[in-house]
Amino acid sequence: MCLASILLVALVRSAAADDLSVFHPASRPAASIRDLFYLVFGITGAIFALVEGMLVYAAWRYRRRKAGNDPEPAQVYGSQPLEVAWTVAPLLIVFVLFLVVVRSVFEAQEGNDDPPALRVQLIGHQWWWDVVYLDEQPGAGVHTANELHVPTGTDGQPARIEVELLSADVIHSFWVPRLAGKTDLVPGQTNHMWFTAEEPGTFFGQCAEFCGMQHANMKLRVVAESAESFQAWRKNEAQPALALANVTKGRERFLSLSCVNCHTIRGTAAHGTVGPDLTHLMTRRTIAAGAADNDHEQLRAWIADPDSIKPGSEMPNMRLSSAEIDAVVDYLETLH
Amino acid sequence: MAVLDHPAENVSPPVAQRAPSWATTLDHKQIGILYIITSLIFMAVGGLEALIIRAQLWVPDSHLVGPDMFNQLFTMHGTTMVFFVVMPMLFGFGNYLIPLMIGARDMAFPRLNAFSYWMFAFGGTLTYLSFLAGGAPNVGWFAYAPLTEYAFSRDHSTDYWILGLMVSGIGTTATAVNLVTTILVMRAPGMSLARVPLFVWMMMFDGVLLIFALPPFTAAAIMLLLDRGLGAHFFDTQAGGSALLWQHLFWFFGHPEVYIMALPAFGIISEVVPVFSRKVIFGYESVAAATVVIGVISMGVWAHHMFTVGMSDALDAIFSGASFLIAVPTGIKMFNWIATIYGGKIRMQSPMLFAVGFLAMFLIGGLTGIMLAAVPIDWQVSDSYFVVGHFHYVLFGGSLFAIMAAYYFWFPKMTGRLLSERLARWHFWLMLAGFNLTFFPMHIAGLLGMPRRIYTYSADRGWTIWNQLSTVGAMLLAVSFLFFFWNLFVSWRRGESSGDDPWDAWTLEWATTSPPAHYNFEEIPIVRSRRPLWDLKHPEDPDWEHE
Repeated sequence: MCLASILLVALVRSAAADDLSVFHPASRPAASIRDLFYLVFGITGAIFALVEGMLVYAAWRYRRRKAGNDPEPAQVYGSQPLEVAWTVAPLLIVFVLFLVVVRSVFEAQEGNDDPPALRVQLIGHQWWWDVVYLDEQPGAGVHTANELHVPTGTDGQPARIEVELLSADVIHSFWVPRLAGKTDLVPGQTNHMWFTAEEPGTFFGQCAEFCGMQHANMKLRVVAESAESFQAWRKNEAQPALALANVTKGRERFLSLSCVNCHTIRGTAAHGTVGPDLTHLMTRRTIAAGAADNDHEQLRAWIADPDSIKPGSEMPNMRLSSAEIDAVVDYLETLH
Repeated sequence: MAVLDHPAENVSPPVAQRAPSWATTLDHKQIGILYIITSLIFMAVGGLEALIIRAQLWVPDSHLVGPDMFNQLFTMHGTTMVFFVVMPMLFGFGNYLIPLMIGARDMAFPRLNAFSYWMFAFGGTLTYLSFLAGGAPNVGWFAYAPLTEYAFSRDHSTDYWILGLMVSGIGTTATAVNLVTTILVMRAPGMSLARVPLFVWMMMFDGVLLIFALPPFTAAAIMLLLDRGLGAHFFDTQAGGSALLWQHLFWFFGHPEVYIMALPAFGIISEVVPVFSRKVIFGYESVAAATVVIGVISMGVWAHHMFTVGMSDALDAIFSGASFLIAVPTGIKMFNWIATIYGGKIRMQSPMLFAVGFLAMFLIGGLTGIMLAAVPIDWQVSDSYFVVGHFHYVLFGGSLFAIMAAYYFWFPKMTGRLLSERLARWHFWLMLAGFNLTFFPMHIAGLLGMPRRIYTYSADRGWTIWNQLSTVGAMLLAVSFLFFFWNLFVSWRRGESSGDDPWDAWTLEWATTSPPAHYNFEEIPIVRSRRPLWDLKHPEDPDWEHE
């Protein structure tokens, strides 16, 4: 237990580059879970120390010291007072725990009736996240993918982000440990959860319910930023895609291929909804739901052979020539 | 030292003549050994799968096996260990020991018994044949719909999973009926239900739990088969089916299943701890009653596997409360075992080492279980490596440590030879160290945000060191099992002769020869207390004066 406590302290203090630790909450729901964890860890830790201590003491103290035909020890068949004691005491402990849990479950719902600062829909797909902004202003129904931008709040009042969770195929689970516990995306039903982001930053998460071949590469990042930069980002997202003249060749190639069956680029004829919306692809840090960085080399590799980055992904190999790939990537790189 | 007289008859015919007798045997002892050997083979296979999983996770962005193979490996590892290792191993000991412990000549239905074993063997083999048919099941051991629907699992691997488990499930149901019937009607004169050894008592409730819990799983499996084969829509969410229906049906079986794997382990501990502490079990009645309470509550906690699916707060609270409650009877047992040790004269021989290991490790699994029953904590750590750590402390630190105690305790009864204590100590200490090194860091990885069932992770997430510790631990575990298998092999061939009652124990199986004759007892013993052999050995202070 000592060891566990030392480890716990080390954990609470450590911070990796892409921190996903439940001990570093940046949101009210996650912070309340951390506090509950400390409490329950304290109680179970005390039980552990007591019971394990009794066990080790009894086993050591009463070990047979020499072999031989010594007489059997006193046979004790039981003791009603003792047995009542170790029935009632645990009952009391679990009753207290139960009350604590009920309180925190209902606490998690507090403020549910306040109007949210932002409403978004997350739709799970094998193996990526479709993000839909539901509010009217600006640009209702704007889609992006695998990256959820949210405001931190105004005037020291954290913005409440309300999330609707749906699935297009199998069960997925939304888990960004620093922001909230997980909630599943279940096909055929709509789940709700909320969080706040109390500080600007990028919070990492990934699908937590096994959802098939590329479950491991169904990553998500939540970008929390000040109200102003969030509004600027959002205004840009609401715009249709740029149509620069110097990449006409790549754009035409893209639009002539079956890319358009799966992807949407607003402002063009591409209206597919099977894959991520690419209208502002270059504002995103990664491609393939976090499987690779969003840079020139990876984009080329991804289009040339998706399986080389994410084996089993639904994106087909379009068998383009190297020149065609260059043209398409040049076009995609203008989608800011 | 034989307590009862028996004829000497230990002339075995050559192997070639014995083989058919094993294939057609109806003897509960041979069937028990068949169960044990078959599940040992499956254990080696399931362990190998775990080693490949750990090797894959040794470094970030590993390409040792691809995602599909990785998904097959963890699915088969879980399925194998639950259905083809822990359960049949416990049935093996149950089969072998129960008639001996209750003073019967065989199980109530010997033919059904043989049938059960063969259904298990065929079911396990069928599931593994999927490897030859293009790929093993890759949907996880709880096979959540709609991932298992034809739309998302288009080859036959999922069908192999369903059919394999259904076939072995038929055998399991038959075993459960057989166990319960045997214990209810075959007991020796004088052995009332209040006097059966606790192992027998717990196996009986194990059977009862199975009879209640298995049908919903079988029903769900048939529904899934209909969905896949005939286009039904039970779990087909795109046609209005329900994804959560599968979870309810599966966990209505799946949670009692945990206790189905734990109760016989509790039974083993309740036999081993008294004998090696040289004391009667402390509070027989409350240990027995706690078993019943665990059985009843375990039927009402299944949805604690589903706190993240979006149930109502009220349901979350109810299932949380029921899950907390189950800690109470489990705690009672723990305290009774410790009280049995307290004041004893403990012989730290191999069975007792593993029994104490069980007590120490199972406690940790129980306490992390309490953390998981606290709903908001579950929201964070559910489906993370924390859960993987938790249930391995329950099933490996719990059930498997107890099963190892059983091997060392009853091997002499089955073979007439002792397992080597020296190799046992190597096995125990390596297993204890390897076990903790493998599974403790998993809790930490989980708290650091690592989900379970991912075939790869990137280096910047900070999970590498915890995974490497786990992998080193898994290697240690593998070495510890080499000692175990080697010990079984050499001790079976030329171990020290044990005599009939090497541990100076008290239950009826030690009153006959080692190994027992086909008919178990020349004369059915008459029982007057819970420890018939204590009464024989201590006529001045027999048990019945205290009960």
